[in-house]
Amino acid sequence: MSNPATLAATVAGADAIAAELGGPSGPRPRVTFSRRNIILYGTLIFAAIYYLIPLYVMVVTSLKGMPEIRLGNIFSPPIEITFEPWVKAWATACTGLNCDGLSRGFWNSVRITVPSVVLSIAIASVNGYALANWRFKGADLFFTILIFGAFIPYQVMIYPIVIMLREIGLYGSLTGLVIVHSIFGMPILTLLFRNYFSSLPEELFKAARVDGAGFWGIYLRIMLPMSLPIFVVAVILQVTGIWNDFLFGVVYTRPDTYPMTVQLNNIVNSTQGVKEYNVNMAATIITGLVPLAIYFISGKLFVRGIAAGAVKG
Amino acid sequence: MSAATRPSKLFKNLNAKIASIPMILTALCVFVGGTTWTVVYSFTDSKLLPRLRFVGIEQYERLWASQRWIVSIENLAIYGILSLVFSLVIGFLLAALLDQKIRFEDTFRTIFLYPFALSFIVTGLVWQWILNPQFGVQGIVRGLGWESFSFDPLYNADIVIYGIMIAGLWQGTGLVMCLMLAGLRGIDEDIWKAARVDGIPMWKTYLFIVIPMMRPVFITTLVIIASGIVKLYDLVVAQTGGGPGNASEVPAKYVYEFMFRAQNLGQGFAASTMMLLTVAIIVVPWAYLEFGRRR
Repeated sequence: MSNPATLAATVAGADAIAAELGGPSGPRPRVTFSRRNIILYGTLIFAAIYYLIPLYVMVVTSLKGMPEIRLGNIFSPPIEITFEPWVKAWATACTGLNCDGLSRGFWNSVRITVPSVVLSIAIASVNGYALANWRFKGADLFFTILIFGAFIPYQVMIYPIVIMLREIGLYGSLTGLVIVHSIFGMPILTLLFRNYFSSLPEELFKAARVDGAGFWGIYLRIMLPMSLPIFVVAVILQVTGIWNDFLFGVVYTRPDTYPMTVQLNNIVNSTQGVKEYNVNMAATIITGLVPLAIYFISGKLFVRGIAAGAVKG
Repeated sequence: MSAATRPSKLFKNLNAKIASIPMILTALCVFVGGTTWTVVYSFTDSKLLPRLRFVGIEQYERLWASQRWIVSIENLAIYGILSLVFSLVIGFLLAALLDQKIRFEDTFRTIFLYPFALSFIVTGLVWQWILNPQFGVQGIVRGLGWESFSFDPLYNADIVIYGIMIAGLWQGTGLVMCLMLAGLRGIDEDIWKAARVDGIPMWKTYLFIVIPMMRPVFITTLVIIASGIVKLYDLVVAQTGGGPGNASEVPAKYVYEFMFRAQNLGQGFAASTMMLLTVAIIVVPWAYLEFGRRR
């Protein structure tokens, strides 16, 4: 994003000449401790600290014992590091009658997320492909409805979907939740794929048509191999979105199939027993680990995903 | 479709039509059908199960007479307006700072955006802990010697919504910053050069040249944040559970409570229809401007 040409341009007024000469030539302007730089970096570092504090507090709290928490303040680092809260949060914390910790919710979330991601992306990519290359009469109308549907509050549609799922006998099952995720992932993903496939050169599609390839042939042999980046973006978007979902989990599943977020909320906000803040924080981090890992690994692709999802939406 | 007279037309693009069946079903059955269904049933007196006995606008009258609903609307209005303003201002400021050709830009951006990867549940629980009156911010300041210091937004009905807003802003400003940064990067470098040649101070360039040029980005961001605000639910559930009392109730939670807990479906449908109306007021003018201009 920050190439040398733009880097050189606005450091200070003195660089105006260098910028006029074309910027990148010549040595890099020296970074000095000017007043401007101190204010600039000072503000940024201050903001960064604010954003990092909750993460720090979570980690620190989860590594303390309860006696230490009762004594100290939440910002002080642990005197004696203990991993017991993590073990307890994962394996023995109680929600209602189940006392097998977050592990149950974790595996439920995996069983929900994986098929939902695969199914929603499969459907949406084919949809996007059909909309971009095989437009039929009325297709745009359905697409417009789909896009407007993305703005409808979920609360308006949850009950009719409860009825539909009950009619086909899937209410309360993981399969039902997978279907729900695929439905609500469709607008944004279809848009993503439609825009991507439309941006590919049309000659490619035409050449394949001339050579006699059909709908599925072109999709599988030409479009799929060419669109790996957009699939990665879609996977990032969907995994974080579905993993972080709470509303659908709480509406469409039963206690033994609750996803991780719902179980986490039940563990932390349960009214019975003594509050174990260290276990709560350990459980909170564990739940946040999957999307955080995806975020830190994927880096710029994550940004691209939300930008694609947001700006073009 | 004029399929009956010319069957070849129906089959012409058959594969594409078959492939679009999930999309068509979703668009028609869920989005159009589901929404219509809820709106229609909001005029009935459904209780435990939906039934078609129409009672006119009785549910809406009861809704607007309910103190709990009024509180939830007020909360949403406060939260919505303030978090719109703050996230736009903070997001733009951070983006403008990051756009100064600084070093470690990627590091800063990563830090500002990471909360966005976390769920509202995680966000709510962390801030519930930080704002804990006994051990959190209030406890620490008191421990430093200021005994009368009071900052317990989550246990004070008057300011609880601001406590939720702090958490919401922490989670969401990174996204706004990212969108704004993309907008700033889309501004032609020559504009900056021209402004500098004319001797216009930087803040003036931002205020009178760059921001007006970024109008589309602002509008899109506005719509995204606004439609997210209306859905506010998880954060409240995790952070306060709607408490103390019903002081931090929001419409989305009201709907859930009435549909799945209080077994008063009609109220839930009426409340969700009001939510739909709110979104329509935001989205329709935007869509009209956006797509009306394109045609």
